Amino acid sequence: MSRIADTFARRRAEGRKLLVSFFTAGDPNPDVTVPLMHEVVKAGVDIIELGVPFSDPMAEGPVIQAACERALRHKVNLPRVLDMVRAFRQQNRHTPVVLMGYANPVEAMGYERFAEAAAGAGVDGVITVDLPPEEGEELNRALIGRGIDPILLVAPTTKPERLQRICAAARGFIYYVSLKGVTGAPTLDVGDVAAKVQEIRKSTDLPIGVGFGIRDADSAAAVARVADAVVVGSALVRLVEQHQDDTYKLREAMADLVADLRRAIDTIEPVGA
Amino acid sequence: MSKASDDAAGVDFSQYPDARGHFGIYGGRFVAETLSAALDELEAAYKRFRNDPDFIAELDHDLQHYVGRPSPLYYAERLTAALGGAKIFLKREDLNHTGAHKINNTVGQALLAKRMGKTRVIAETGAGQHGVATATVAARFGMKCVVYMGAEDVQRQSPNVFRMKLLGAEVVPVTAGTRTLKDAMNEALRDWVTNVDDTFYIIGTVAGPHPYPLMVRDFQAVIGREAKRQLLAATGRLPDALIACVGGGSNAIGLFHPFLEDRQVALYGVEAAGAGIETGRHAAPLAAGKPGVLHGNRTYLMSDEDGQILGTHSISAGLDYPGVGPEHALLKDLGRATYVCISDEEALEAFETLTRLEGIIPALESSHAVAYAMKLAPTMRKDQIIVVNLSGRGDKDINTIARMKGIDL
Repeated sequence: MSRIADTFARRRAEGRKLLVSFFTAGDPNPDVTVPLMHEVVKAGVDIIELGVPFSDPMAEGPVIQAACERALRHKVNLPRVLDMVRAFRQQNRHTPVVLMGYANPVEAMGYERFAEAAAGAGVDGVITVDLPPEEGEELNRALIGRGIDPILLVAPTTKPERLQRICAAARGFIYYVSLKGVTGAPTLDVGDVAAKVQEIRKSTDLPIGVGFGIRDADSAAAVARVADAVVVGSALVRLVEQHQDDTYKLREAMADLVADLRRAIDTIEPVGA
Repeated sequence: MSKASDDAAGVDFSQYPDARGHFGIYGGRFVAETLSAALDELEAAYKRFRNDPDFIAELDHDLQHYVGRPSPLYYAERLTAALGGAKIFLKREDLNHTGAHKINNTVGQALLAKRMGKTRVIAETGAGQHGVATATVAARFGMKCVVYMGAEDVQRQSPNVFRMKLLGAEVVPVTAGTRTLKDAMNEALRDWVTNVDDTFYIIGTVAGPHPYPLMVRDFQAVIGREAKRQLLAATGRLPDALIACVGGGSNAIGLFHPFLEDRQVALYGVEAAGAGIETGRHAAPLAAGKPGVLHGNRTYLMSDEDGQILGTHSISAGLDYPGVGPEHALLKDLGRATYVCISDEEALEAFETLTRLEGIIPALESSHAVAYAMKLAPTMRKDQIIVVNLSGRGDKDINTIARMKGIDL
């Protein structure tokens, strides 16, 4: 069983939902990333999503755009992100790591070469934001061939027929983008999210993670009631921005927020349990 | 003279793009899932209206009475004589309303937006020509208009910023990334994702996700159709060569496309060599880039070995873009079109030459095409014919020119 499937199974057996954290690799500098990964796991994160910096992150709001720019100032490229994952794996064998980025850096490296290197580094899943299933067949095949899950996005606007195609191509879990807009956008309607998650469940047995618009304990708890995993990104990256000059404070602030979210997720009344 | 290689010899160009927007390995739809439904909706609407007699009639009417088409095909007699080679004809897109070819496309997309019930249009712009052309049609149709423009370009092109504001558009300076056209396009895509219900994104060139490269090409192909008809009427024959500048490549595809099957007509796309290809300060992805994925399509890009998109440089803001339309990428690989480069310096020289010999002040973008014609014509016979796409007028560039000459206007 893969690390991702294993983690979902374990939490499901405990009747708990997963907490997924997102931050950009190399932000605010490359030395911070691996310690930060350990820190959030200690504070309660189940899956780490690591952003691969890209010069033109079309789907990101200003917070994650700025994170990409900070990381790129340190020339953090895909091979260096894989080095970070490899370093993390030396002390952590059980927490899944998912890379989230854009197609061009992967194209520049080559699909097969990337899949092989990512598997070797201990990467468990890959989200390529601008690679829908129609364009992603070749990369997804390469990833699956190396035991890595291609994780695909579903949007509020995704039509039923596309949903089938996405679910057929996806592995690991489905990432439901909970609102129209870019990352870090303000509003989230939990009723809408619940309805869409129900619809997605009819098309797949994969677990469903929900991201975009979750910023605090309340929104995390609300989403945890309907989804299998709660993804928090911009709220964490905002802390990186705030404490970019003080690594100690940054780790502390991240740990505090993660612990807060963890508590909120763990104290919900399980639905249908 | 014909540059069409064996690769292109048996190709039926009408097969491109395929049903999913691919031009060979290029093009496609590389977008986040959040945009898929909007692109599906746009594609369905465009498919429905592109052959609809009422839509075509309204478009033709607007092109004639609002844009001022057909634009003249002008024989540049003194330029021809000075170069001593092939006859040079200029396709006068500079005489269109708003002063460039851009309006051919914005009129078409605005008519489509109206039929789709969209009340708000957005656009990206570099030099400001596409922004002005979008603000213009938005004013005419009573639509709300927001134009994204790199903060750097807002500085460089302040007259066009003012024109857009006069037309009622909101101009949003983009401070992310390199603060130029590519960043403006990122921001417009983000706006579209967020406001997808009431908003139509008018992309200004033959790049972006399917169906934009197809749709913009169709709207711009009026340039080539007219040129062909006009030249046949004037000389009874087809040209030997076509020349157009290439940033994203919409004026070039517009001129080239109706001639793709006429293999004896050589096609030259002119990219901006900026300070020189060897300096790295240029905007020539076809000459010096490699295939990759940006802004929704696979095409030639200027990117570093890590796949990060590079900053570009050209004296002409309209050519200052690190990508290029996917159909150009295909035409390059097939050898059907030849892509060459012209430096800032050569473009400036052509700007002055055309201004002095013909009394036509060309846009700096179009000056790149004129500069290549000045190189090519002397190598050809006097009975041969070159058509140059004079894609825009140069009034917008006089500040740049004055600055280069050290003159304070």
